[in-house]
Amino acid sequence: MTVQPEALKSSGQNSKMRSKKVDSPWRSAFRRLLKNKFAITAFIVLIFMFLFSFVGPYFSPYKDAKISVRDQYKPPSAEHWLGTDQLGRDVVLRLMEAGQISLLVGLAATGIIVLIGVTVGLLAGFYGGWIDTILMRFADIMYAIPTLPLLITFGAILSDLKFPPDQRIYLIMFVIGVISWMGLSRLVRSQILSLKEQEFMLATEALGLSDRRKIFSHLLPNVVPIIIVSGTLGVAGAILLESSLSFLGLGVIPPTPSWGQMLSSANNMIDFAKRPWLWIPPGVAILITVVSINVIGDGLRDALDPKMKR
Amino acid sequence: MSQKALVEFKDLHTEFYTEAGVVKAVSGVSFQIRPGETVCVVGESGSGKSVTALSLMRLLANNAKIVKGEIIFDGRDVLKLKPHEMRRLRGNEIGMIFQEPMTSLNPVLTVGEQIMEPIIEHRMFSKREARKYAIELIEMVGIPRAHEIVDAYPHELSGGMRQRIMIAIALSCEPKLIIADEPTTALDVTIQAQILDLLRKLKSEKNVALMLITHDLGVVAEMADYVVVMYGGRVVEEGKVMEVFKNPRHPYTEGLLKAKPIIGERKERLYTIPGQVPSPLNLPLYCHFADRCPYVMPVCKEQYPDTFIDADGHKVACWLHAEGARA
Amino acid sequence: MTQYIIRRLIESIPTIIGASIIIFLVFTMAPGDFISAQFGMDSKMTQEKKEELRELYGLNKPLPERYAIWMGEIVKGNFGESYLYKKPVTDVINTFVWNSFILSATVLVLQWMAAALVGIVAAIKQYTLYDQLVTLFVFLAMSLPSFFLGLLLLKLFAVDYRIFPLGGMSSTGIPHEGWAYIKDVMWHMALPVITLTMLSIGGLTRYFRTSMLEVIRQDYVRTAYAKGLKDHVVIFKHALRNALLPLITLFALELPGLFSGAIITERIFNWPGIGKVTLDAIFQRDYPLVMGFTLFISVLTILGNILADVLYGVADPRVRHR
Repeated sequence: MTVQPEALKSSGQNSKMRSKKVDSPWRSAFRRLLKNKFAITAFIVLIFMFLFSFVGPYFSPYKDAKISVRDQYKPPSAEHWLGTDQLGRDVVLRLMEAGQISLLVGLAATGIIVLIGVTVGLLAGFYGGWIDTILMRFADIMYAIPTLPLLITFGAILSDLKFPPDQRIYLIMFVIGVISWMGLSRLVRSQILSLKEQEFMLATEALGLSDRRKIFSHLLPNVVPIIIVSGTLGVAGAILLESSLSFLGLGVIPPTPSWGQMLSSANNMIDFAKRPWLWIPPGVAILITVVSINVIGDGLRDALDPKMKR
Repeated sequence: MSQKALVEFKDLHTEFYTEAGVVKAVSGVSFQIRPGETVCVVGESGSGKSVTALSLMRLLANNAKIVKGEIIFDGRDVLKLKPHEMRRLRGNEIGMIFQEPMTSLNPVLTVGEQIMEPIIEHRMFSKREARKYAIELIEMVGIPRAHEIVDAYPHELSGGMRQRIMIAIALSCEPKLIIADEPTTALDVTIQAQILDLLRKLKSEKNVALMLITHDLGVVAEMADYVVVMYGGRVVEEGKVMEVFKNPRHPYTEGLLKAKPIIGERKERLYTIPGQVPSPLNLPLYCHFADRCPYVMPVCKEQYPDTFIDADGHKVACWLHAEGARA
Repeated sequence: MTQYIIRRLIESIPTIIGASIIIFLVFTMAPGDFISAQFGMDSKMTQEKKEELRELYGLNKPLPERYAIWMGEIVKGNFGESYLYKKPVTDVINTFVWNSFILSATVLVLQWMAAALVGIVAAIKQYTLYDQLVTLFVFLAMSLPSFFLGLLLLKLFAVDYRIFPLGGMSSTGIPHEGWAYIKDVMWHMALPVITLTMLSIGGLTRYFRTSMLEVIRQDYVRTAYAKGLKDHVVIFKHALRNALLPLITLFALELPGLFSGAIITERIFNWPGIGKVTLDAIFQRDYPLVMGFTLFISVLTILGNILADVLYGVADPRVRHR
């Protein structure tokens, strides 16, 4: 908009005054989200990816199939839509099982990001002073160290320690979380700082509320929108990080599958050049999932923050 | 009426398309501004006075559309001009001053640069000439140390100084008309008076017409030759300033004048017009003021009033003045 | 201004020390060192011989002492010696970082030019089909895993249609000088440059669009139109100058990336840059090299932060005069 006509401003105020039922911020955010066709489509796609990964295997005719080298490296056909891998496993089924791991790693890593990021941001913003200085300085330090070399080194250490593959994914989740929380903590902190300036916080001061009460009933609810948006986008970031690491053979390792791990078959020149059905489908799965999450996150940001509405 | 009009709005309709529906911001506005004359457009916010001015400049938001009417400026229909012809008009033949001096100047350019721009664009001055002229203009609007101020950034100046710079920009190409949209609303009272004095002085020196948009009747009394009162996107009354002040014919104007405090008179409490400004989203088909009007008659809620003109050219859109209505 | 820069530099010292401690701890606490990575499988190496070697490399001293030695040498400009290349770490970095630099610099230029153009036009044509296509493209680009895009391009353009080479930086048998060499390198650069540009362009386009949209609705843009200025003057002089202010910060923050290399892309395209060298070094447990390089990038990132604030101050008169 180039010009802010007065007529519009006053019309907004009037209609607000006139409408009988006042929407809660959450309700109106939800209504705005429903209007966003991009985000709704993305949401449906994402639900499909979850169903595909978690419910899909029950419908696969190969769910009880044994490894059989006789069936290895079959190109896509009517029986095996996306062909088979080096152990004769159906790639579609493999894709579903890998999806479970990739999605779980993404969600769990984000849980850790949110836990650390929000705690650090809240404490630093609320208490200020030396607590703030130390926590934020620590965030600066973590931010300065490049992520990927650190992550790869962790992966290499895990390989040295010969961690069993099924336990390894928990450590991967944890490590991704530990190196990715700084952005959220800065956002939360700056939000808390500006909230502290507002009158209702002065009122809690005057009422003599306990710190616990102030943090949990007055500050935390106000940063929930930021947490939701960052958290959503964080899942996308975590899935990408996991897949990069697994692609290098340092994340999720066989026999546990993940999309990134499936893609690592492209490291083999023959598989890469001659058997694209082994690595293109997991790549597409990552792309679809991450695009959906990013679009949803963006839609949530628009919906939760009407000022940024474009 | 003898002189030809400089600007003539003819049955202007401007609408905004919003999420909530179509807003008829201006519906059927007609009035004239003669060369060298000061016309004050008065009304509450939302009455359509700024939209009328922006329609003339064709600077409306993307979601706005002029759906009907003509705006004749100096013999040309502004609404039919091509974009490049429109650009020749803006800043060159029509200067505009906005309400918010704090945000109307570009924060990353020096004020000199911003004054020079229209001069170079329209008057083909060289940079050096333009700069010299910009310094003269800064002096003309009453800012001391013009040689230093020319290189200052807007944030280094006070609100009043910034508004003076806006006036300098508006006057830089010696336009035929200046539109001032609530130029003093955002300023302190003492500064307001200075800015109005400056506008009045420069206006008479340069013999430029002034379209002054305001909600402040004090400003009107001080500045106007002619008054246009707007309500709900329409002109409800217009006439010479003395006429309108002495003998307001529309109940809304009457209410506005009653609501204005008069120095030396102490009342128990100031008069306020009862009710609210109607929402521009769903304006009634009958008189927009009928729901708040103390003299409301049955016909007022049936049909929008015609415009009635008396012998002095004082116009009013109110059924009270129809033939045979209550005197 | 000078005072401000000096203050910021002094303030950054604790951050740098903190980063160095974390880097040191991560790599020294890591089980497995160069000796076991190199000779772990070697049956001829006895335990005693390994210990001797560890002694030689100073791997058996207490941690604080090792940190002090490492840091003390670094302050003197000595980042230690790479086990793998048998050369000082600084030499190794200096050899390979420039290969990464030409890749990243090309990407940086392309990315900013394209993102500016696409983002600004999208902002001006908000809600049009063009804008929506750009938004869709932005999301796709933001969501592509680097290795997948790289692999797809490689498969398509180097394996199926042999338009571009499979990898490396130059063809064998071509003299390393003159026009032929430059053209050969550019030919090898094409795919990695496309990959990296595609990856980074999405977010930046979005920043340009958002920033422009924010500025376009400001009062001073309306003033500029009211002065009768040409559309391109309003957009590029009045709007863009303001829209660029927040982006300057972003630009400065990207500068350290010129030297950090792209680990995964360089690996896929077998580009002899510092990213690929780092990855090999991690696999080979050449920790002095990895530590030195990681610290180097950390320091650059911290300096980039300071540069971002300084540049912002230079560009925005409201900050400059404070």
